Amino acid sequence: MTTILQLMLEFFKTGLFSVGGGLATLPFLYEMSDRWGWFSHADIADMIAVSESTPGAIGINMSTYAGFKTGGVLGGLLATLALATPCIIVILIIARFLHKFRDNPLVEGAFYGLRPASIAMITAAGINVAKVALVNLEAYAATGALGDLFTWKAIILGVLIFIGQKKLKWSPVIFIAISAVVGIIFTF
Amino acid sequence: MNQLLDLYWTFAKIGCVTFGGGYAMLPILERELVDKRQWTTMDELRDYFSIGQCTPGIIALNVSTFIGEKRNGVKGALAATTGFLLGPIIIILIIAAFLTNFAQLEVIQHAFAGIRVCVCVLIVQAVLRLWKKSVVDPFTLALYLCVFALNAFSDLLPVKIPAAVLVLLSGAAGILMSQFKNRRNLKTEGGKKA
Repeated sequence: MTTILQLMLEFFKTGLFSVGGGLATLPFLYEMSDRWGWFSHADIADMIAVSESTPGAIGINMSTYAGFKTGGVLGGLLATLALATPCIIVILIIARFLHKFRDNPLVEGAFYGLRPASIAMITAAGINVAKVALVNLEAYAATGALGDLFTWKAIILGVLIFIGQKKLKWSPVIFIAISAVVGIIFTF
Repeated sequence: MNQLLDLYWTFAKIGCVTFGGGYAMLPILERELVDKRQWTTMDELRDYFSIGQCTPGIIALNVSTFIGEKRNGVKGALAATTGFLLGPIIIILIIAAFLTNFAQLEVIQHAFAGIRVCVCVLIVQAVLRLWKKSVVDPFTLALYLCVFALNAFSDLLPVKIPAAVLVLLSGAAGILMSQFKNRRNLKTEGGKKA
């Protein structure tokens, strides 16, 4: 029981202090691994891969996983809730504030600057994904041929999805499912 | 009560299909919450993301809490956020219990190589859509380029600037610039009257 409480406290702390989401939880997870040994460093690396391949953010996944390892299903649930609690409280406070000050010129000014910054970071995130998905740096380094730099199969799929989305307007979920099947069939 | 259930299930559904987290979920949120249900607007959604960058916690959870609160207050926030958590918790519990080498399976790796391509395209489309409303003048273009360079090439810098700091600085720059513009407008108007 004390372990589960300890676990909840640690994940509450992680939820409270990891600013920026996603990978920002990693330093806290490594700290937890060193201090309490609930999971190993290798477990964290595996969980990054699992988080990329399943829905949900890495922080959520890791809390469920560590909670399950130490306290079964109940542990998994409680650790995840502990992680989410500070996020919920902070956002509830901000949401109140936001409704009230939406028309405040200072808040408007802040968003005037935040909007381009936000899509700049979306672009950077896209490039990070593209580096893994569309480009093969290893093959390029080995042969030096420019043709080897790009993963042509992936680029063709990307172009087709782009056109398909424009024309068909299907839900992104359908395109995600199609891409998964194409990835398996054509061994991406 | 029905409204709360609706929130819960909508976010449970979204939680099951948001691969990659963070900005990769933006297109799905847009489709489900802006186009289909009109619970929020694209502008608001993007503002929630910016706020999520500089507040504690996982961005996906922050967005769920925001929209839940907007629809049904604190109860709505709890319904949306716990709904969002449902899918990931169940999936990870199953993986933890049965499949220890899930990520190493070859089939899974191929599938996710394919999914990553799709995520790329979705992000490109999100940026194209947001561009018009966000980058409206030379100042916002310059800000976009600065933040992009600092964020994308952070490996080349001697110190990595955390995303939260970039967000705070951009907000401050926006405030300064809009104040400066207001003041200039007032001056030119005053000049005309005289």
